[in-house]
Amino acid sequence: MWSLANITNSIHEALNNQFSAGWALFFEMLMAGIAVISLFAILGLVLVLMERKVSAWMQIRLGPNRVGPKGMLQSFADTLKLLVKEGLTPGGADKFLFNFAPVLAIIVAMLLMAPIAFAKDFQLWNLNIGVLYVSAISSVSVISILMAGWASNNKYSLMGAMRSGAQIVSYELSAGLAILSVVVLTGSLSLNDIILSQQNGWWIFKGHLPVLIAFVLFMIAVTAETNRAPFDLAEAESELTAGFHTEYSGMKFALFFLAEYVNVFIVCCIGATLFLGGWMPFHIGNWQQFNHIMDYIPSSIWFMGKTFFLIFLIMWFRWTFPRLRIDQLLTLEWKYLLPIGMINLLVVAAMAIGGWHF
Amino acid sequence: MTDEWLQETLLNSFPDLVFEPGTEWLQVTVQSQQWLPLANTLRYKADMDFDFLFCVTCIDWKTHLAMVYHLRCTTTQLHLVVKATLNPLNPEIDSVTSIWKTADFHEREVYEMFGVNFKGHPDLRLLILPDGWEGRNPLRKDFEDPINMIRL
Amino acid sequence: MFEEIGTTTDGDLIINVGPQHPATHGVLHLVITLNGETIRKVEPHLGYIHRSIEKMCESLTYRQFIYVTSRMDYLSSHINNHACAMCVEKGLQIEVPERAKVIRILLDELTRIASHELWWGAMAMDLGAFTPFFHAFRERESINDIMEETCGARLTMNFIVPGGLMADIHPNFQKRVKDFIRLYKSKFEEYNEMVTGNVIFRNRMEGVGYLSKADAISFGCTGPTARGSGVSCDVRKWFPYEGYEKIAFDEVIETGGDSLSRYMVRVREMNQSIRIIEQLIDAIPEGEYQAKTKAVLKLPKGEFYSRVETARGEFGVYIVSEGGTTPYRIKFRSPGFSNLSALDQMARGSKLGDLVAMMGTLDLVIPDIDR
Repeated sequence: MWSLANITNSIHEALNNQFSAGWALFFEMLMAGIAVISLFAILGLVLVLMERKVSAWMQIRLGPNRVGPKGMLQSFADTLKLLVKEGLTPGGADKFLFNFAPVLAIIVAMLLMAPIAFAKDFQLWNLNIGVLYVSAISSVSVISILMAGWASNNKYSLMGAMRSGAQIVSYELSAGLAILSVVVLTGSLSLNDIILSQQNGWWIFKGHLPVLIAFVLFMIAVTAETNRAPFDLAEAESELTAGFHTEYSGMKFALFFLAEYVNVFIVCCIGATLFLGGWMPFHIGNWQQFNHIMDYIPSSIWFMGKTFFLIFLIMWFRWTFPRLRIDQLLTLEWKYLLPIGMINLLVVAAMAIGGWHF
Repeated sequence: MTDEWLQETLLNSFPDLVFEPGTEWLQVTVQSQQWLPLANTLRYKADMDFDFLFCVTCIDWKTHLAMVYHLRCTTTQLHLVVKATLNPLNPEIDSVTSIWKTADFHEREVYEMFGVNFKGHPDLRLLILPDGWEGRNPLRKDFEDPINMIRL
Repeated sequence: MFEEIGTTTDGDLIINVGPQHPATHGVLHLVITLNGETIRKVEPHLGYIHRSIEKMCESLTYRQFIYVTSRMDYLSSHINNHACAMCVEKGLQIEVPERAKVIRILLDELTRIASHELWWGAMAMDLGAFTPFFHAFRERESINDIMEETCGARLTMNFIVPGGLMADIHPNFQKRVKDFIRLYKSKFEEYNEMVTGNVIFRNRMEGVGYLSKADAISFGCTGPTARGSGVSCDVRKWFPYEGYEKIAFDEVIETGGDSLSRYMVRVREMNQSIRIIEQLIDAIPEGEYQAKTKAVLKLPKGEFYSRVETARGEFGVYIVSEGGTTPYRIKFRSPGFSNLSALDQMARGSKLGDLVAMMGTLDLVIPDIDR
């Protein structure tokens, strides 16, 4: 069967034959770095185009259709435009923080790539505390937003950043609780173990109602954490013009833009890994024939299919819902999602102890 | 509740009022210093209740300025047009912002367009014209702007 | 104005919303005093698009000045023209032919629907939902097509002249209007599903921007803004013009006084407009579309006031004539100007995000406010 793991293994062997172990590791790291950066670029292009096409479809219009076949090169042209634009720094801004904030945003997004298993045996870093790592690193992203908002010396930016701070810190709790319910069921923090535990069925099917609730909580929380509509209060186009990145232009703006989309991609990867079985194919109980056919579909396709389905869900939210108000946003989290998440975690724990799941 | 009744009732309290015959709505001319008491009567006197001030206009008649207030009662739908004559050199009249809140914006507009000084207005600043506007009031008849005004 | 930028002595933040801001739909400038996210004070600064149309009209003849008025409330330009033509007709005592009257009403109501459609989309966009805007434009475009065919323009129609209409309607007019009514009725449910029934939307609107009935009257609010507070003020009902008294339609009144009530008034008003159009579209009388008028119109000495119900409220034209070919003084009583003055009262104590919703429900058109 065609697999990405074969390619990586052969590269690994070739490098080890050619060089000493240390140099081989160095080259592997270099290749991984290049791969992540190119994945970033491709994701930026694909997701922006996807967003524009999805929104066009929902808004009964055509969307970009001029550059390249069916407008597929549109986001490439946009990137080119952003690259050649002047990156302005406002006069009263804190220059270092202002210029560092977008870089930090992109660094955080890059770090999050490490423990994700993109296909069977295809993972940058098989970390035994992958889930913890992801939750810890993703909370750093709020610092870049606060930095950008504060350093811009603009009141809209400041308000956007403050809103975003309150929002991300609160919604992380819900996301954490939702993730924990799967961790409790699996008994492991390693993303790889979590995927392997779903060999006989995905958690969303095996875990009865509580895991379904956890999944819904997770989707709501990550939508808020990535500042996507209906929780895009940090940007709030109609209220704060562009929120925390009002003053950014050119490539610095593009980095924020890219970080947003990469963050969406990563949280969807996590969601797909935890609840939808990562790269595990879809299996139904004892239907050997059916399961066999499903196994023929490469694991990378399974993973990307699930991830992009979740990305589509998040885009669907964005183009259909109005924005919440700041107090409603916090009420939703502290009064509804958090208690539900806590009770749900208790139920899941009881379920895991009793072994009532499949 | 008819125009005749209104005319009689008003003349009882304000004998100086001058009514104009033959107009669509009842029209009355008032001395500018009597405008505030009249407005109070029109607004608060029982079964008069002119609660809706829908138009405030100033007219520059070259010899004098005239304020025109269009009033309506939202219950009886009775109309009244009150006019007051002002001195063009030092136009002054009492503000009715405390009686009709809409007068706030309308009076500010008249203030900058005609230079009428509304006594007792809480916040008489420029509303439409740019800050630091110097020069004459644009809607006065003697206002000339050779650059922006096009005459046919 | 520029000294105000900064913070007040007690630590409140002062921010400028506008003149260039996505929520103000034009060049309105609001100086907002904020305490955290809570609004302390809203101060409108106007004039960024003031063209002094009143002064301009003083040098235009009675035939010419009507075209300038299209540029005030450009979303209901036809209704503005209507008011001006009516005022001139009142002065000259011209009897407008029945056919012209009915067509005027039909176009008025189509304009009203088009204006409300745009408002509906823009209102949803203010709240952060982009999609309804495009759905609203689908229906609005078909109205614009009807207008284009009959009037020759899509936005500033200028179809009305003193004495009647500029030209007769296009032969396709009736058919296309009926097509539009069918389209509208099939899509109306979509509006309710997409926006009116949405939980987030209702939470954002209910109890927000409360304006009491007494305040609505005192601030001189008219149109849907006042009717959302329970004030019965529809000019078409109370002071009918052009034969509105013969048409069966309801004045839409909601008593909530909040943003949701103002929203519901506008949405329901669209249905009433459809009802009016349905009654008239097959009953356009035959005859002349224009009364015989002199080439040069001279209004007699006197004062003339006429008013209509535009999509935003009561629009009044006050002409003072000295007997010449041009007005001596002309005053436009624009609904937006008075409605805007209530914004400060409505917004105090609510959140910044709600200000945008309130401005949305006031349906502000800036050239109408600035004139």
